[in-house]
Amino acid sequence: MKKVNGAIVVNAERCKGCGLCVNACRLGLITMTKKTVNHKGYPYAEQQDWEKCNACRACAIVCPDGCITVYKSETSVD
Amino acid sequence: MTKEELISPENIVYEKPRLLNDVDMHYCPGCSHSMVHKLVAEVIDEMNLEERTIGICPVGCAVFAYRYIDIDWVEAAHGRAPAVASALNRMWPDHLVFTYQGDGDLACIGTGETIHALNRGENITIIFINNAIYGMTGGQMAPTTLMGMKTSTCPYGRQADLHGFPLPITDMAATLNGTCYVTRQAVHTVAAINRTKKALRKAFENSLQHKGASLVEIVSTCNSGWKMSPIKANEWMEQELFKAYPLGDLKDLEEGVIK
Repeated sequence: MKKVNGAIVVNAERCKGCGLCVNACRLGLITMTKKTVNHKGYPYAEQQDWEKCNACRACAIVCPDGCITVYKSETSVD
Repeated sequence: MTKEELISPENIVYEKPRLLNDVDMHYCPGCSHSMVHKLVAEVIDEMNLEERTIGICPVGCAVFAYRYIDIDWVEAAHGRAPAVASALNRMWPDHLVFTYQGDGDLACIGTGETIHALNRGENITIIFINNAIYGMTGGQMAPTTLMGMKTSTCPYGRQADLHGFPLPITDMAATLNGTCYVTRQAVHTVAAINRTKKALRKAFENSLQHKGASLVEIVSTCNSGWKMSPIKANEWMEQELFKAYPLGDLKDLEEGVIK
């Protein structure tokens, strides 16, 4: 059996905190920062529990500014 | 597997398009303009047209598009992008020439240029961002503003006797003999984004094959102008804007679709 490992990396300085990725993630893994902001003064997206991510790319596709890079790798699990 | 092992270049399955510059886009958070910029950059890169593409910037929010996508650009006077595109395409018929215009540029001050360029069947693609409002200047009423919709210059809602009716310029374009592909798309969900990307690719291919003029309308959100959050703006667009501007192909000579 194969296990899909996924993770995203958000370009925090480019992010504008629109929240569309939070809405797009079906697993609810993305949250906006509550107390920190980037150099533009916007809160930015952060991924929680990256182990649950299945690299579906929905967050990255809906990100208007192209801030999200998606990584995917498959490992076999016996 | 640790996160450090996973995050390495060979595992990348999606990243910012190569042709989208690193400079921050000035658009508001969640703006559809940035989304369409990203799609245009992706499609041009996939078609290997980086060296053979000329975009025409409008006046409006997208006036700085030349800073964001790494291709050749020409900045046109307000509304005159289709005229500039016609000239460029006649000089370089082997180049992909497209204009990128908002509703104020295309459907208001540039109506004449747009209609005539489409009617002449120039081999260009017009990307039309329709957000039913003048976003850049502060949310005034546009020709495409819906009936009853409140804007800063019609605070009691658009009324037919005072402001006239919304201008269905895409439907008008579909009736012209010079157009080969007229479609209306949106960029609010993953599925809609994929459809828009396909539509852009088809329009660009039509232009390169000299089939006539293509118009891709993208029904967009202007969350700042509408005074909504980006997610709320997407919901409002689905509920209200899609009623007046239903998505789908209006004309596709290849498929024989003429509505």
